[in-house]
Amino acid sequence: MVLALDRINSLARRIPTGVVWVGAMIPFVWLVWAAATNRLGADPVKAIELRLGLWGLQFLLASLCITPLRKIGLNLLRFRRALGVMAFFYIAMHFLAWVVLDMGLRWDEILRDLYKRPYIILGMVGLLAMLPLAVTSTHAAIRRLGAARWRRLHQLAYVAAAAGAIHFVILVKGWPLEPLLYAGAVGALLLLRLRVPHKVRT
Amino acid sequence: MTLGLKWSDVTPKPQWMNRRQLMAGAGALLAAPAVAQTGVAKSAFSTDAAPNTLSEITTYNNFYEFGLDKGDPARNARLLTTDPWGIEIGGMVDRPGSYDLADILQGAPLEERIYRFRCVEAWSMVIPWVGFELAHLLNKAGVQPGAKYVAFETLVRPEEMPGQKTAALDWPYREGLRLDEAMHPLTILATGLYGDPMPNQNGAPIRLVVPWKYGFKSIKSIVSIRLTDTQPQTTWNMQNAREYGFYSNVNPEVSHPRWSQASERRVGAGIFAGREDTLMFNGYGEQVASLYAGMDLSKDY
Repeated sequence: MVLALDRINSLARRIPTGVVWVGAMIPFVWLVWAAATNRLGADPVKAIELRLGLWGLQFLLASLCITPLRKIGLNLLRFRRALGVMAFFYIAMHFLAWVVLDMGLRWDEILRDLYKRPYIILGMVGLLAMLPLAVTSTHAAIRRLGAARWRRLHQLAYVAAAAGAIHFVILVKGWPLEPLLYAGAVGALLLLRLRVPHKVRT
Repeated sequence: MTLGLKWSDVTPKPQWMNRRQLMAGAGALLAAPAVAQTGVAKSAFSTDAAPNTLSEITTYNNFYEFGLDKGDPARNARLLTTDPWGIEIGGMVDRPGSYDLADILQGAPLEERIYRFRCVEAWSMVIPWVGFELAHLLNKAGVQPGAKYVAFETLVRPEEMPGQKTAALDWPYREGLRLDEAMHPLTILATGLYGDPMPNQNGAPIRLVVPWKYGFKSIKSIVSIRLTDTQPQTTWNMQNAREYGFYSNVNPEVSHPRWSQASERRVGAGIFAGREDTLMFNGYGEQVASLYAGMDLSKDY
């Protein structure tokens, strides 16, 4: 087990982080191509919206898995920035798709939704929680804030994930399984962090 | 107008058929020039708006009996046996009984009805149904004086409807109309679209279409019609009464608790087409608004 972990760790050290950045863009490029060539079914707008949101949530969850994985000896920390920033990219594009493609820039309806609709509000909470994280994703920002403060700020990732997962659960009609699975995953990750507090190194 | 024209003759075929289907279709046309639903009368109730393509209408369906994803019905509904098919007509009627579909269709005045279709999820389509007025069937069955409502049920057959193996909804799917709504000439039982028999995923072999109400009221694959004097239970109302009322008339002023109903996206309009304003009673207000005179539609939603 330990041997296997060591092997994965040493393999991970040899993979340039650029691979993750480029790899994370592949779904987006595919989506643009699929939309341009009319491969997204009868309602491409909903498909675009759903895919972008889903990928954003998945990258966010992946970035939140890094710390629990480290606890069991798997060190993928160097990929976390790429995962987190790409999560923000997909969620920002998801928001843009909603405003431009879905709502057709009907600002009166958009603004009404933003203060009346719980699932829209939760989606916005998630996006806004990710904004300071994206802005402070650089080495320089970590230095400026100091590690402890930076880490505390970046606990907002849990707020974003929880908001995103609940947003998904309540926007669908009925209770399909998939959104509940994401909500369960966020809950499990949050519980893991609460039970095994992160040691702040000095 | 009965020129024997099918929709497939006037719609550019590549829009709704791929090349292979086109070849098969051409062959079928030569072999059997008169399919069951060709040459039906046109209707003054039809909209002038351009219908959605057959591919859009048959690949984007909410039919939870076949799965929750809108693509599931197109994938799974081929399993459904629609012949033989019977409908149990009961309750407060003079001639109750189990009727074969062929008997029900015997003499039914089929018409093409191109209707706007507005889903409660705020998307819409335009669909060229083939069907006949529900009133025709109800008159044939003989509605008794005390009857006030019509209750409908969808087939329950889990071995052919995989969604029914889950508890996604409380099966059977149930819907209901007030008697005056059911007798309204806009209300039809549809047996086809685009001049062909109803595709399974759209509710074969026979379904309700009530164009001024949200789509879920237009119950599919009907096996039971009962006349009652009490308001029947309806599936989405049972699921969540606050979100889905018994009437569920299309109404841009009454929001769904979780989203606005003020506008809709027309499926097939293109990625950058944006939205259209939703019309009161889905644009059928002139014909049906009087049914609800004096009612507070924000309470009876």
